Amino acid sequence: MSDAKKPDTTRRNLIVATAAVGGAAGAGAAVPFVASWFPSERAKAAGAPIEVDISNLAPGELGIYEWRGKPVWVFRRDKEMLGSIKKDDSKVSDPNSELPQQPPYAKNEYRSIKEEIMVVVGVCTHLGCSPKEKGADAKAEMGADWNGGFYCPCHGSKFDFAGRVYKGVPAPTNLEVPPYTYLSESKILIGDDKKGA
Amino acid sequence: MSTRLMALWAWFDARMPSVAQEYKKHLAEYYAPKNFNFWYYFGSLAMFVLVIQIVSGIWLTMSYKPDAALAFGSVEYIMRDVPGGWIIRYIHSTGASAFFLVVYLHMFRAMLYGSYKTPRELIWIFGVLIYFCLMGEAFFGYLLPWGQMSYWGAQVIVNLFGTVPFIGPDLAVWIRGDYVVSDATLNRFFALHVIALPLALLGLVVVHLLALHDVGSNNPDGVEIKKLKDANGKPLDGIAFHPYYTVKDIVGVVFFLLIFCTVLFFAPEMGGYFLEYNNFVPADSLVTPAHIAPVWYFTPYYSILRAVPPLFYSQFPGVLAMGLAVLVLFFLPWLDRSPVKSIRYRGPYYKIALGMFVVTFLVLGYLGTVPTNAWGQFGPWLGEAERATVVARIGTLLYFLFFILMPWYTARDSVKPVPERVT
Repeated sequence: MSDAKKPDTTRRNLIVATAAVGGAAGAGAAVPFVASWFPSERAKAAGAPIEVDISNLAPGELGIYEWRGKPVWVFRRDKEMLGSIKKDDSKVSDPNSELPQQPPYAKNEYRSIKEEIMVVVGVCTHLGCSPKEKGADAKAEMGADWNGGFYCPCHGSKFDFAGRVYKGVPAPTNLEVPPYTYLSESKILIGDDKKGA
Repeated sequence: MSTRLMALWAWFDARMPSVAQEYKKHLAEYYAPKNFNFWYYFGSLAMFVLVIQIVSGIWLTMSYKPDAALAFGSVEYIMRDVPGGWIIRYIHSTGASAFFLVVYLHMFRAMLYGSYKTPRELIWIFGVLIYFCLMGEAFFGYLLPWGQMSYWGAQVIVNLFGTVPFIGPDLAVWIRGDYVVSDATLNRFFALHVIALPLALLGLVVVHLLALHDVGSNNPDGVEIKKLKDANGKPLDGIAFHPYYTVKDIVGVVFFLLIFCTVLFFAPEMGGYFLEYNNFVPADSLVTPAHIAPVWYFTPYYSILRAVPPLFYSQFPGVLAMGLAVLVLFFLPWLDRSPVKSIRYRGPYYKIALGMFVVTFLVLGYLGTVPTNAWGQFGPWLGEAERATVVARIGTLLYFLFFILMPWYTARDSVKPVPERVT
């Protein structure tokens, strides 16, 4: 009887060892199932950089191009719009683009390589909706001190013409500037900033 | 019964006696309190809606194509060309809203009568897990029609996971299987919606009921009927579930079907609350609809998400608040320190708190359906803050205070003496 009360430690250890090895095998078996949720090779290939011709873009015109399924805005800002950016400095939460929402070459006043051409991902940094352009003439709707910019219809975030986020709106950061480079005067490569890529 | 049928049953019973045993245990000899009222319809109704959803869902998969290029068209094909397709789809979409309505009322019943209190904590926990599964079902299912609201709704929800510190962006890519919501996302959401979650849901319903039948049902008086039994060991205040409550529940089902069919035939879109108008436009990754709102059953949590301002340039606090608003339900059995179960014998504190909670939940739910500027702005004295946002913030605070202060106000509340037997 006394034997029956005490667990057989050899058997107990064998059970624990078997369970541990079995558990490890089970965890290993989960690897392909977890891995299969990552983007497939085809999805990764579809995320390749795109070339954009900006020669037909008139001043004040916004071109929307698809890169990795996201709308990328290429926007030729006119003099007035560039002027409005300076006026908005006090209204935006990160006027000097301190947060890493852009490559180093776009960390400047206009958040772009060339002053008049803005390239940003047109996706609100709040929860991924696509903001709409609202010119300086939309004062009735946007308030008397509106100098033009972008308005997100989902949760009301506002951005200026440099994609800088207003204070006190749901979006926490400026619009993201994707990596891009000029292949020539009129051609931009979006998605890669190494020359000749 | 003819002797032949009796013989056949005897043959069956000799080989598989567990059928008769389980029938007795869960139906014929499951003694439920005799004083169940209106609020006790919603448990069986939830099971009924689950059956509706499973049957209509199976039929929908027969014509639906989980492919980003074909999905929207296949839903229109179901609506226009498949015989009976339109009614099967409307049964499924109306059933989704009905499911949440019934489950919300079922949960409210538990809060009225303290059905989550000892010894029924596990029933409540399994129930909350069922509610989570249901939320998952609703979310994954809403992407399938591949309309604008499907697409952008999924975009917003997946991006919630993208706000998690450190691993967020990779986690969002992992969930989508792509850099954006795409065909890969649609296909996996389809798998989760039609196989994974329904299986989990059915399993949870089974353990929810097993846990219930082990300890027995609570009742509007919150007294334990198992304490007083007659000479045969049956609870004095208990009646057999079958036939007494099966008959009662059939009345509930008929009344439910009356309302359900009215919606189904006359207002399946429910003015944009059950099926949003933007979802009749095919998904377009380059154009966001002017106003994004989830379907009504998620709007209270959506309001909480929007109400919390970003902190340290991250929206994670809002996401966290929304997650906690749901997770806090798990702790209800331990937050409630009242010595009595039913609201009938509780004091004013709990009654006021529960009343305020219901109002808060409804107001947050309403606010989640409208843009944040719906009520205009306050004057300069409040920094021109949006009225709706301020109200949503107060609502969010009250929602959490209901739970956080619960140990305090339930312990201090005055209580009336609980009778020995049900009234």
